[in-house]
Amino acid sequence: MDAAKPLLRFERVTCRFGEVTAVDGVTCDIAQGSFVALVGASGSGKSTLLKTVNTLVHPSEGRVRFGGEDVAALPPAKLRRRVGYVFQGIGLFPHFSVAENIAIGPRLAGEKLPPERVAELLTLVELDPAFAKRMPDELSGGQRQRVGVARALAGGPELLIMDEPFGALDPVTRDALGRKVRELHERLGLTTVMVTHDMAEALLLADRVLVMDAGSIVTDETPRALLAGAGGAVAQRLVSVPREQAEKLAVLESRA
Amino acid sequence: MEEIWDILPGLGDKLAAHVVLSASAIGLAILIALPLAVWAGRSPLVSRLALSLASLVQTIPALALLALFFPLLLSLRAVFGEGLPTLGFLPALMALTLYALLPILRNAVTAQANLDPGVLEAADGVGMTRWQKLVLVQAPLSAPFIMAGIRTASVWTIGAATLATTIGQPSLGDPIFAGLQTQNWALVLAGCFASAGLALAADNLLWVIEVGLARRRRWMTFGGIGVVALGILAALWAQGSGSDERRIVIAAKSFSEQYILAQLIGQRLEAAGYAVEYRDGLGSAVVHSAVANSSVDISVDYTGTIWTNYLKRTDNPGREAMYATIRDWEAQNTGIRVLGRLGFENAYAFAMRAERARSLGVTSLTDLAAKAPQLTVGGDPEFFERPEWIAVRDAYGLRFARSRNFAPTFMYNALQSGEADVISAYTSDGRIAADRLVVLEDPAGALPSYDAMLMLSPRIAQDRGVVAALEPLIGAIGVEAMREANFAVDREDAGKLTPKQAAETLAKKVGLTK
Repeated sequence: MDAAKPLLRFERVTCRFGEVTAVDGVTCDIAQGSFVALVGASGSGKSTLLKTVNTLVHPSEGRVRFGGEDVAALPPAKLRRRVGYVFQGIGLFPHFSVAENIAIGPRLAGEKLPPERVAELLTLVELDPAFAKRMPDELSGGQRQRVGVARALAGGPELLIMDEPFGALDPVTRDALGRKVRELHERLGLTTVMVTHDMAEALLLADRVLVMDAGSIVTDETPRALLAGAGGAVAQRLVSVPREQAEKLAVLESRA
Repeated sequence: MEEIWDILPGLGDKLAAHVVLSASAIGLAILIALPLAVWAGRSPLVSRLALSLASLVQTIPALALLALFFPLLLSLRAVFGEGLPTLGFLPALMALTLYALLPILRNAVTAQANLDPGVLEAADGVGMTRWQKLVLVQAPLSAPFIMAGIRTASVWTIGAATLATTIGQPSLGDPIFAGLQTQNWALVLAGCFASAGLALAADNLLWVIEVGLARRRRWMTFGGIGVVALGILAALWAQGSGSDERRIVIAAKSFSEQYILAQLIGQRLEAAGYAVEYRDGLGSAVVHSAVANSSVDISVDYTGTIWTNYLKRTDNPGREAMYATIRDWEAQNTGIRVLGRLGFENAYAFAMRAERARSLGVTSLTDLAAKAPQLTVGGDPEFFERPEWIAVRDAYGLRFARSRNFAPTFMYNALQSGEADVISAYTSDGRIAADRLVVLEDPAGALPSYDAMLMLSPRIAQDRGVVAALEPLIGAIGVEAMREANFAVDREDAGKLTPKQAAETLAKKVGLTK
């Protein structure tokens, strides 16, 4: 693993909603330049933990440091420009064109994103720059999420956080977009944290996999180590699903 | 009904007043509802409270809501001083604004609640502040739905604004109410057409704005807003271009005799060089207070009405004593100057068809009491609440099988068609003679006298010109002449006159003009 200083640090982060403790004292460092997958079943607390990074959720206890600074002390608008956010709901503004959607972050900061930069961002996510003038309801689901990624990248973020970013897409689009994001991660020198419930996706894209269960991180391993049987019972149960599927597919293939 | 086309062009000033009133009410409702909707979007408690209150307002009939602001504003004078208007534009504006709140508020709250949560999360995710989120995302996405609410509110408000006539605010309700009272159907239809046309025009213009907002067609949105603004400006200009010197305002309650006398008074004042204005169709309870606070300047009221409703007396000291007492009481308590009596009485009486009375053997209220349990009594909407009715009922022990309310003009029809066996009639009513009705005797003297009196507001009480112009009316109008004039307005055949024509005829008849 990269020896660089941590870009992101969770310090005993606890989130309670009434009686429910969604995140229970998580402490963890995310190194600069790493691609981390946060995996867990529904209700394990992974989305909640992710949202403490851009302060969409405020921890009940503990704190999150981003580049050494407490995120709670940073102005939210400024923080969220440095943290690109992609999520399952996509949330393109239906009354804005594709270009206006992409340019919204810089616009909020009082900056006008030039059309060349919009075209460049569209090319980056493999969309025709002519899409800039279209409205979101003229796009397919995959195209919309590509615009969502372009919007997250528009402000030149250091950190990309993604909450089930490909959850609502068909498998082919999902695979292509996943690989595209990994490629952009390398190319732009990003640090990426991706929440997913799909262990296969995590194993294939990330270079570090955290498994959450009942609000705690129970496993912190590389994909290779997980496939070799490390990480404990919860992690191995999640790994066994794609592994058994792969084995069954292999058997089918050998019979054919 | 070609007359409608003759009447419509004359309704310009009523239309202008109607537009200004409706637009002000809707504008004020928008100013209140939108911030309230934003607040409601952040607090479920506020949302529930605001929507329940707005719904509660809707359950009050518009007519009652308008009337309720009169006593409310009257009591608020203790705080804001005597200058606070209690009739006319202000109470009408307040009532209509309350009425317009619900559809705007409900649509705005619903629109916010139904926004895509993904879009709202994205707004936070890209770093919008609460204000930016409201302006850039929530407001534009809710706008078409809010506009639909404003459309509904506009149609309701333009319709309900016709009722503002009853509290002395000029509107397209003026021809409707005047026409209903005098059975001038062309006048009623002209008022209805004008207000329905206005409502349709507003609805369609606002629809253009709504579509413009929904489809993001700026030219539609701004074009629609432009035309609406032009319409309102034109109405304001039309209103403002009238002379703004204070005119003499003459009140009329909602029956023919009052319309005729208001015209008669107005004609005399105009001949003396005064500018006059009519407030027709005022509720009976409103008129006295309106004169007392100089919201209107002249009214014709009746001794029995003032005696029971304002002096709260139930005794009957006789006609002359009653008048003298009232004149002194008004001078001391309200500042109203009772200039004198016109010369006729418009007392309450009970009337029956002649052959019905004969077959039942009824000639007096005492006879009636014995037969009442088989009979239906008809009265105007106020009648069964009035102390006069209670006094008569208790004096004779009247117990009718049924009692029904009719508008004054329809009571006689109800009597003819048998829907009522006996009605509360007015002694100056021309239809008593025309329909050959029997007026039942009142041996117990339970019904007080109702001499018509000329009442002047404190503002003009000492105006010598006014007094000089009106003094010739005192004692000049006998009951026969008044009945004839009333009948001329109420009849439905070719001899029908407008209140204005009837006033001219009456003036000639009693020798006031040649």
